[in-house]
Amino acid sequence: MKKDIFKVGNQILKSRLIVGTGKYKSFKETAQAVKSSGADMVTVAVRRINILDKKKPLLTDFLDPKKIKYLPNTAGCFNSEEALRTLRLAREMGGWKMVKLEVLGDKKTLYPDMIETLKATKILVKEGFKVLVYCSDDPLLARELEHLGAAAIMPLASPIGSGLGIQNKINLSIIIQNSKVPIIVDAGIGTSSDATIAMEMGCDAVLVNSAIANSSNPILMAEAFKNSVTAGRQNFLAGRMKKLSYADPSSPFKGLI
Amino acid sequence: MAKIQLNGRKLELKNKHSILTLLKKYKINSKKIAVELNGKIVNQNKYKSAYLKDKDTIEVVHFIGGG
Repeated sequence: MKKDIFKVGNQILKSRLIVGTGKYKSFKETAQAVKSSGADMVTVAVRRINILDKKKPLLTDFLDPKKIKYLPNTAGCFNSEEALRTLRLAREMGGWKMVKLEVLGDKKTLYPDMIETLKATKILVKEGFKVLVYCSDDPLLARELEHLGAAAIMPLASPIGSGLGIQNKINLSIIIQNSKVPIIVDAGIGTSSDATIAMEMGCDAVLVNSAIANSSNPILMAEAFKNSVTAGRQNFLAGRMKKLSYADPSSPFKGLI
Repeated sequence: MAKIQLNGRKLELKNKHSILTLLKKYKINSKKIAVELNGKIVNQNKYKSAYLKDKDTIEVVHFIGGG
């Protein structure tokens, strides 16, 4: 069998699980969960430094960007200008060209503002960024993002942090079928079986934060996700059996005594 | 004396400061951050030569946990 390689942008990733680094109790727990997840890429946010607290630990002290790939995000940005500003600063910090674009449209649902998202994608691609785009699960808008040069399409499973799992399998499967760039389910995954379902459907990867960080044991849950993503991918590659309306015995009738 | 704004806080600088000396004053590792001066990103190799003047607005950002 051909080796199963996951390539996004210009990067080859070993793991099809990308994890977020928010919501953990401490950076130590973040680092342990990331290690346990087997992920080789993590999302990070860009924020102001707290100038008054000089001893505050830094994420980079616990997760070395030389050892694990950072995927800077634009979480909290509500228009394309804010998102562009954030990602240009991220690029300045360490040359990150692969980024996660996320332009929010509403504080309650955190649904993406697709008009601003499309606008920002176009500019970022022009500036040489490899853009992984958080988006709605609309197949036409996903296709438009691909046309604009997005490196990966990241449709939501359900609202960010909701843990509701995949709410629109039909749309997601249309997006998977139509796309030539990787599809990474982002947002709304609640438990590791949700990740398996996404992978079984043919998604290329999943991005998970809250489901790990908000679980009772994030380090163990991270390992559960590692296994469930692998299982889902293997299931997809193996191809499931056909569904039948009636029984089909596993033991032959022939030779019955 | 220059009155500047650093990450939203108003500051008065008694001595002449470059971006680099300001970062040192606040014990900020210049390799783990990005700086924006009056809305424009400052390249890391310009921290030493970029001096702060009255009414400058400076933003210093870094990476934190996020999803």
